Amino acid sequence: MWESVKEFASEFFVTGDPLIYGADVSIVLSIIAIVSVLTYFKKWGWLWREWLTTVDHKKIGIMYILASVLMLFRGGVDALLMRAQLVMPEMQFLSGDHYNQIFTTHGVIMILFMAMPLMFGLFNVIVPLQLGARDVAFPFLNALSFWLFFSGAMLFNLSFVIGGSPDAGWLAYPPYSELAFNPGPGQDFYIWGIQISGIGSLMTGINFIVTILKVRAPGMTLMKMPMFSWSVLSSCIAIVFAFPILTVTLALLFIDRYLGGHFFTLDGGGNPMMYINLIWMWGHPEVYIIVLPAFGIFSEIVATFSRKKLFGYKSMVFAMIIISVLSFLVWAHHFFTMGSGADVNAFFAVTTMLIAIPTGVKVFNWLFTMFRGKITFETPMLWTVGIIPNFVIGGMTGVLLSVAPADFQYHNSYFLIAHFHQVIIAGVVFGFFAGLYYWWPKIFGFKLNERIGRWAFWLWNIGFYLCFMPQYALGLMGMTRRIYTYGWDKGWFEMNLVSTIGAVIMGAAFLVQIWDIAHSIKHMKRDTTGDPWNARTLEWSIPSPAPFYNFAVMPQVTSQDDWHERKLRIEQGLEKPAKVALEPIHMPKNSGIPIVMSMFWFFVGFGLIFDWLWMAVPGFIGVIACMVVHSFNYDTDYYVTVEEIKRTEAEAGRVIT
Amino acid sequence: MKTSKTVRCMSFLFMFILLFLTTGCADNYIVLDPKGPIGEQQKDLMILSTLLTLIVIVPVLILTFVIVWRYRDREGRKAKYTPNWEHSTKLEIIWWGIPIIIITLIGIVTVRYTYSLEPSKPLESEKKPITIQVTNLDWKWLFQYPEQGIATVNYVQFPEDTPVRFEVTSDAPMNSFWIPQLGGQIYAMSGMSMTLYLQADEQGEYMGSGANFTGKEFAKMFFTANATSQEDFDQWVNQVKNTSPALTLDGYKELTKQGTSDVRYFSAFPEGLYEMTVTKYAASHNHGLSTRVQPPARVKE
Ligand code: HEM
Ligand SMILES: [Cu+2]
Ligand SMILES: [Cu+2]
Repeated sequence: MWESVKEFASEFFVTGDPLIYGADVSIVLSIIAIVSVLTYFKKWGWLWREWLTTVDHKKIGIMYILASVLMLFRGGVDALLMRAQLVMPEMQFLSGDHYNQIFTTHGVIMILFMAMPLMFGLFNVIVPLQLGARDVAFPFLNALSFWLFFSGAMLFNLSFVIGGSPDAGWLAYPPYSELAFNPGPGQDFYIWGIQISGIGSLMTGINFIVTILKVRAPGMTLMKMPMFSWSVLSSCIAIVFAFPILTVTLALLFIDRYLGGHFFTLDGGGNPMMYINLIWMWGHPEVYIIVLPAFGIFSEIVATFSRKKLFGYKSMVFAMIIISVLSFLVWAHHFFTMGSGADVNAFFAVTTMLIAIPTGVKVFNWLFTMFRGKITFETPMLWTVGIIPNFVIGGMTGVLLSVAPADFQYHNSYFLIAHFHQVIIAGVVFGFFAGLYYWWPKIFGFKLNERIGRWAFWLWNIGFYLCFMPQYALGLMGMTRRIYTYGWDKGWFEMNLVSTIGAVIMGAAFLVQIWDIAHSIKHMKRDTTGDPWNARTLEWSIPSPAPFYNFAVMPQVTSQDDWHERKLRIEQGLEKPAKVALEPIHMPKNSGIPIVMSMFWFFVGFGLIFDWLWMAVPGFIGVIACMVVHSFNYDTDYYVTVEEIKRTEAEAGRVIT
Repeated sequence: MKTSKTVRCMSFLFMFILLFLTTGCADNYIVLDPKGPIGEQQKDLMILSTLLTLIVIVPVLILTFVIVWRYRDREGRKAKYTPNWEHSTKLEIIWWGIPIIIITLIGIVTVRYTYSLEPSKPLESEKKPITIQVTNLDWKWLFQYPEQGIATVNYVQFPEDTPVRFEVTSDAPMNSFWIPQLGGQIYAMSGMSMTLYLQADEQGEYMGSGANFTGKEFAKMFFTANATSQEDFDQWVNQVKNTSPALTLDGYKELTKQGTSDVRYFSAFPEGLYEMTVTKYAASHNHGLSTRVQPPARVKE
């Protein structure tokens, strides 16, 4: 009996690596710590009522952001491990297997469990406020999306200590990701982790399209809508077209692995190239999905801190829509060297380059928003200005890569790694950081410390250039990506050393940022104005942090930058704060179903990964049961009384008469 | 607002390091130091496209710096402030126009080179091309010389100034065959035979590698490509023929097992081994043209 338990455990848990034992111990310790703190302070009920069951878009947004910061930490540690292994030739720090697992989890976590949730976090906290709405269109669905993302992410992360991590790269090309070459559970963790959270992402996309199209404040026509909301709309449209492709692709791969299908195998009529086409039909739009909202963020910040109207609003909107459409026509630029022939390569090279045009236009428009403005450099603006050169260089190397015959030399080399990190870190992650610094007071009611924030900014940027500029050089020296070791004879040592130093500096920058947050929580000065940056859009017209019902009185929008115009009119005495009659507010009730249902999804995934039908089938029944229970639940809403609104507003420092 | 001293010091340091980086030793940049006609043209194209993009990038970077500097908010500044200026058709036309022109130029160049550098297109030369068949194995490269009847592992030799017709396939997960100094890479895929023409104009040992990830010891898939004179090549072939063992079918099966390998030479190989490797998977794998029978080699001669 004991023997068989031991045997099972040694297969089930990943063993034999001190790093992993260390992780095991720290996971167990932190779980014990969290559980005991919650129990000691009797916070379980509070946690359940206020957070786990919430349908409030702002709280869901905060949970997304929290989860993504955790994942940034995990993905960042992975990155440092890889850079440590590559710091010099013939390092004996990680084995080939281990390195492969690490770059795979790093890529997946950074894109799907860090960038995506950070983006969804900002969508959630800001979009309804910008639109002058009380919530998203489907609050219950929103909570479900979050919990699906969360259980998918947890499932994926578990592979590190249970069963073994996937090692086929973040896009898991077959045939390497097929059973024949990849028999362990790692690849199934990949499939189910992404599948479950991907369904959540698709629902978020739908939810925000409907929100933006249907629940804007009266008077806010589409052409008066703030630019961030526009960027969210274009990103969500891309989500709605791209994610179903991902779902189907992963499902087919799972059928191959689990039921012996032959969609992508080399025997039985399968074709791996089909997978590569499908995964990039999702994968390329995916990178635009995460970068478009960053464009929106820059537009908001540039206008606010230049004290000027956004230049070329219409062109910006137009450019964004072109980008989201074109992003679906370029996927084959990821395999110019697969021999599809000159016709195909020429077509995809040209469509890829075309995207540079609207992107370039956006940069010009940001510059001309600053032109003849009054620019101040608070942290959000500092980030935005710092991003521009970065993004311009990253965009340029993108165009270089799209020159198909030249890509025969760049492809799969460190030049490519440097390019996509430059657009993804400097465009997307830094963009979201800028947004986070900008909206932080609105989300939490206090500003982050400017001085520490500056330190973080400089460390991130210096670290970034040090880490990735040498990688362009390494690419031209012929260093291929995903290698875990190389010889002294190659002459790649110096550049790799510099690159690793840069990575360590970025690691330090992350810690400084965490310190910034901790410091600011301790020494915070509450933002009593609700509008600490003297900004332009509706979210700044209400107290910080926003009350749970957002707007005590629904705003009536008359122009673009409505809040800014209203402030001007009040200043000039043209408008007086109007007397308003408060009315009870209709709100959705909290629900435990999203978290419970996602737990059941987790069991479905886990059961299928280990081929434990005794777990998967009941899990699935649980999922169905949750749907049934929810559809028979008619007690889903309530009204906030006028007294409570008055009380809440008074606490936030506003008296409504 | 005054930037703090630390910030200034750090940005100075930062610029200094960048300077140091950009002046690194140049002979390492093998992609920019091609030794054959294909690599040569690819390098020209890389430089041309870089210059074309720089036409837009450099002014934008300068403009960014100037605007940020000139319009920063400070005491007694003289620069204009126009808070409501938000549109100018003239300017919009300029910056839709410039990128359109540049991209059109790069696009035209790209399309022309895409056709002329199509990897399966034979190279112009008086000399008859030599064919080398490349098989990607877990985790090594097998080279077969159908005309000479020899085979090697992780080492390939060919005469200079002679077009080499590489036929590339895989008996393992998809990899990519790359000799940076001679020209760009091509994917090695099971069930198909890709053609890549390369040529070395100079004698020398060039680094070759697998560029697409295939698992645990993928990082060890480097090989040497040695371009020598025709005499040295013939001599080498003779030597291999006379001193090395033959590759048998069993020997090949042994090679396909996962593991890295040292350089090895074989005086002979089983007749039609390469075609067998390709056709083993071919029925199932032909870019979706499953109703048509695919010839093993994709290229029309
Ligand atoms: C913060 C510092 C970061 C460092 C130092 C870093 C470093 C690395 C390294 C060393 C690799 C492996 C290269 C290889 O061996 O092929 C890699 C791959 C990758 N990184 Fe990062 N990375 C960072 C941040 C990010 C971020 C923020 C993202 C995305 C949001 C990201 C996405 C990826 C992806 C998709 C891959 C490819 C994984 C694969 O090959 O399957 N990285 N990164
Ligand atoms: Cu792409
Ligand atoms: Cu193929």
